[in-house]
Amino acid sequence: MPMNDCTEPLLRVRGLSHRFASARDERHAVRDADLDLHAGEVVAIVGESGSGKSTLLNCIAGRIAPTQGQVHYRSAEDRWLDVHALTERQQRVLARTEWGFVEQNASEGLRLQVSAGANIGERLMGQGERHYGRLRSSAERWMQRVELDIDRIDDSPRAFSGGMRQRLQIARNLVTRPRLVLLDEPTSGLDVSVQARLLDLIRMLATRMHLCALIVTHDLGVARLLAQRTLVMRHGRIVEQGLTDRVLDDPQHPYTQLLVSSVVAP
Amino acid sequence: MTAIAEGYNFAYLDERTKKMIRRALLKAVAIPGHQVPFGSREMPLAYGWGTGGIQVTAAVIGADDVLKVIDQGSDDTTNAVNIRQFFASTTGVRTTTRTADATIIQTRHRIPETPLAAGQILVYQVPQPEPLYRLEARRTETTKLHAAEEYGLMNVKLYEDLAQWGRVETSYDYPVKVDGRYVMSPSPIPAFDNPKMHRMPALQLFGAGREKRLYAIPPHTDVRSLDFEDHPFQVEPHGHACERCGDTASFLDEITDAQGRVQWTCSDTDWCADRVDRGHTGHAHE
Repeated sequence: MPMNDCTEPLLRVRGLSHRFASARDERHAVRDADLDLHAGEVVAIVGESGSGKSTLLNCIAGRIAPTQGQVHYRSAEDRWLDVHALTERQQRVLARTEWGFVEQNASEGLRLQVSAGANIGERLMGQGERHYGRLRSSAERWMQRVELDIDRIDDSPRAFSGGMRQRLQIARNLVTRPRLVLLDEPTSGLDVSVQARLLDLIRMLATRMHLCALIVTHDLGVARLLAQRTLVMRHGRIVEQGLTDRVLDDPQHPYTQLLVSSVVAP
Repeated sequence: MTAIAEGYNFAYLDERTKKMIRRALLKAVAIPGHQVPFGSREMPLAYGWGTGGIQVTAAVIGADDVLKVIDQGSDDTTNAVNIRQFFASTTGVRTTTRTADATIIQTRHRIPETPLAAGQILVYQVPQPEPLYRLEARRTETTKLHAAEEYGLMNVKLYEDLAQWGRVETSYDYPVKVDGRYVMSPSPIPAFDNPKMHRMPALQLFGAGREKRLYAIPPHTDVRSLDFEDHPFQVEPHGHACERCGDTASFLDEITDAQGRVQWTCSDTDWCADRVDRGHTGHAHE
């Protein structure tokens, strides 16, 4: 098994294309995307707005059925699953057990009408946990882990700041120890110092929990800090991919060169 | 008995509508706790006054049936009297206030104290059939949650009660799991009545007129109230006795009189009257 883990990927995307029904002529949001994701690796997808990053992520998550191509996922029982061939029920089970999804807008990934503790406990209850005391202690443990004040366990996330909501969303996803976490621009919309602390947290959790994460971002700094590998997307195509340091320090594709040179340094 | 009103079909609804409702009811009985959509009709009273329950009763009632209608346990409230008269005048069936004599009991907010027997039908008026409604307002989504048996959300509500109040504060419309499969709203009956639904020998039918849903619990079906292992569901005793009949075990209503004095009486008027007839007395007679 461990040998297998190193060689076989966790997620395999092949020839994935997606064209929205409303798109003009032959414009594809994603075209011919190939990618492999291995256990314990953090991969970033970078590119400008409208380059198809989020569409690719949603196709991988099973939220959008791609026009072409396949997404295969190696499950905890070491079986390859064709994500888009699963029934909706199987997809939902996968999404709330082995996968996590951190939304760009925390209010979409949280239940704002219930307390922070209930938000963290929901996935556990979904998996059949019916012991209040244990739910409570895992919620406390996770609030500590994402550096939220445990005195606020019974507060509504409505009263939380943007950064705190994002931390809560991460805790809510990681509480069941998913094998694969998809993050859609988790730090955008937060101010710089809050961003930096959140990135620190994600990096620490990724290392400690040996997470496999795919993170979509327009911020090269986020890729630099978190990801071992980076994919650059433009007009729906993956134009370059490789080790993050290589891609950012020695960009080969003209677009990547442009992207790297456009970073504003203070 | 009231004279049968002329110009109306038996039980007000036309035969094709009754047939449609019966077909939906058969499906509902076949899948205990599952909400079945039906073509709810306009009734001669407003939504929220029991249009769902009336349509179910109209669909199942026959000339030989004996009907009892209660509202909050009482046979004498406006809603109960009106619905009873409605069926008396459109069907000519015999009506009663005695639980044991009735073949069909239409109810709002209570289950009679007298245990129901095989052959009886209990029809509930339901305002909101979707137990997940407060946490997930989208119908399309709750349908999927039921289909996938994804009920973590339901416990989120109980968790929230415990976290905020230290105990489950849901004292009515307390969600139940039917036959180990579907989570169901028991309609706004007090949680006190929930245990009565468990393996009840009578057939239980639920109608939500505005929401256009029917559901059912066949006789002798398991009905469990949702809870946590370390906070099991329990019915809390009132700690009071009925002023009229002295009962401490039935569901009591708290009544404040003009002098501000608080009295407790049985919510089930038939139960209370029956006990008084059998010689039980409360403080009122001392």
